[in-house]
Amino acid sequence: MPKLTFIAHDGTRRDVEVPVGTTIMRAAVDNGVPGIDADCGGQCACATCHVYVEQNWLEKTGPQTESEQDMLSFAAITKPNSRLACQVAMTDTLDGLVVHTPEGQH
Amino acid sequence: MTTTAMAAARDAAYSVPLASLDMSDPQRFADDTIGPYFERMRREAPVHYCENSPFGPYWSITRYNDIMATDTNHKVFSSKRGITLSEPRTEDVRLPMFIAMDPPKHDEQRLAVSPIVAPGNLANLEGVIRSRVIAIIESLPINQTFNWVDRVSIELTTQMLATLFDFPFEDRRLLTHWSDTATKLPVTDADWDARELELQKCLQYFVGLWNERVNAPPKPDLVSMLAHNPATRDMPPREFLGNLVLLIVGGNDTTRNSISGGLYFLNKNPGEYDKLRKSPAVIPNMVSEIIRYQTPLAYMRRIALTDVVVHDKTIKAGDKVAMWYVSGNRDAEVIENPDQFIIDRPRARQHLSFGFGVHRCVGNRLAEMQLRILWEELLKRYPNVEVVGEPTRIPSSFVRGYADMQVRISA
Ligand code: HEM
Ligand code: FES
Repeated sequence: MPKLTFIAHDGTRRDVEVPVGTTIMRAAVDNGVPGIDADCGGQCACATCHVYVEQNWLEKTGPQTESEQDMLSFAAITKPNSRLACQVAMTDTLDGLVVHTPEGQH
Repeated sequence: MTTTAMAAARDAAYSVPLASLDMSDPQRFADDTIGPYFERMRREAPVHYCENSPFGPYWSITRYNDIMATDTNHKVFSSKRGITLSEPRTEDVRLPMFIAMDPPKHDEQRLAVSPIVAPGNLANLEGVIRSRVIAIIESLPINQTFNWVDRVSIELTTQMLATLFDFPFEDRRLLTHWSDTATKLPVTDADWDARELELQKCLQYFVGLWNERVNAPPKPDLVSMLAHNPATRDMPPREFLGNLVLLIVGGNDTTRNSISGGLYFLNKNPGEYDKLRKSPAVIPNMVSEIIRYQTPLAYMRRIALTDVVVHDKTIKAGDKVAMWYVSGNRDAEVIENPDQFIIDRPRARQHLSFGFGVHRCVGNRLAEMQLRILWEELLKRYPNVEVVGEPTRIPSSFVRGYADMQVRISA
């Protein structure tokens, strides 16, 4: 199973391992990783699963989708490496992925 | 609501012809008998057409997943004709505001105000809110019956608004007054005239604040932000008024009624009140559950821009559509035991009360923070605030809340 690391705003690291196909959002919520609210349950409708993808992984996670961009434009402090965690599913090529959670979800 | 009254409402809800159901009738909200009507609509007519209502014909969407799909489809379901079922008397009394706009103008104006309620600034506000909450609850009468709505719910939300606008503190009840003015649906011409007169006073007052701030360095309050942001600084006066009303109403009634509702639900469910006293760590989760259970805004309205088929019904271009959050929040297909108030409910954040999509409530984290702080401080001082008697509800199918709720704190 691919591994995934969350780094919180205060620097706390959390490693989780999830089956292929699991979204980053689910990986956090189902493993009790704080920092992701996921109010809409993964429907790309709230932007409260905002994460920053570590630079060297950006190519592998791919670009933001159009509906994701719509929602991300309302999140606080977005950056070019912003993604909605419910829109990125884990694959074997993402094994070792590192994402950062923001100060708060809005 | 007594069990006999509820049984009567259930009989009535299931015996009237479906086509005659008009959920915009304020009476059912005033006596809190809407539950069985929406239950029937979810089951038998999830996309329901009401041909005759005081607001004209409109569609009702009542299931959770259908509401989510409608709310997130802003290209088909537009906000540009307003977000309540009522129509302005004439175009000149329409209030332009970004909740009633579509992208891209909506996005620009929303982005001008959202930093003030974003996580970074909320952390700065937390200390002020906490000290105001403490001052309000420490001044409450003991061993005496009083109106919780006025002493706590209104006072706290009004102080909060005054803080966000950096509004003269001693005049803060003007904000409450303008909020009430804006949410009361005018019926007669005289109502419309009276409303316009009051709203012009609101505009005059805020123009004064604007003039003060537009020439001063930018600061983190809503008036200064609107006055300095390129997307909003050239707004015509009527649009300034509209957006003020949006921020005043958005931050006022909704949070107010969640503060009252929370106390009422805990009193109705003593087992849950016990749970809270035993483990205050449940408060953030409880706050979401309170907001779901209350659903302070019963619906948002859209207008279809094209013909669109939902289930087996064709909604025609130009038709009005009400997304009944208050119904979707009780949809057993998505929420387990939806009629129960459960403060440690799993996935409590997944409710419709803040809407979804591009218009999703910008003040949601602020509202949650106010409620969280209130319950943290209340619990430390008064483990039991007793609701004595049934509250008086607001007769509105849009704002769901309480006008009066008598309570008592015993020494
Ligand atoms: C429990 C409290 C609250 C509830 C239940 C609530 C509910 C809502 C709902 C249902 C919407 C429309 C969502 C949609 O159309 O999808 C909304 C939008 C909005 N709310 Fe709130 N609200 C609350 C508190 C606040 C507060 C405290 C503020 C003030 C800062 C606020 C300001 C706004 C604004 C400005 C919008 C328009 C957003 C847009 O159109 O992009 N709300 N709110
Ligand atoms: S969980 Fe709502 S957008 Fe990802």
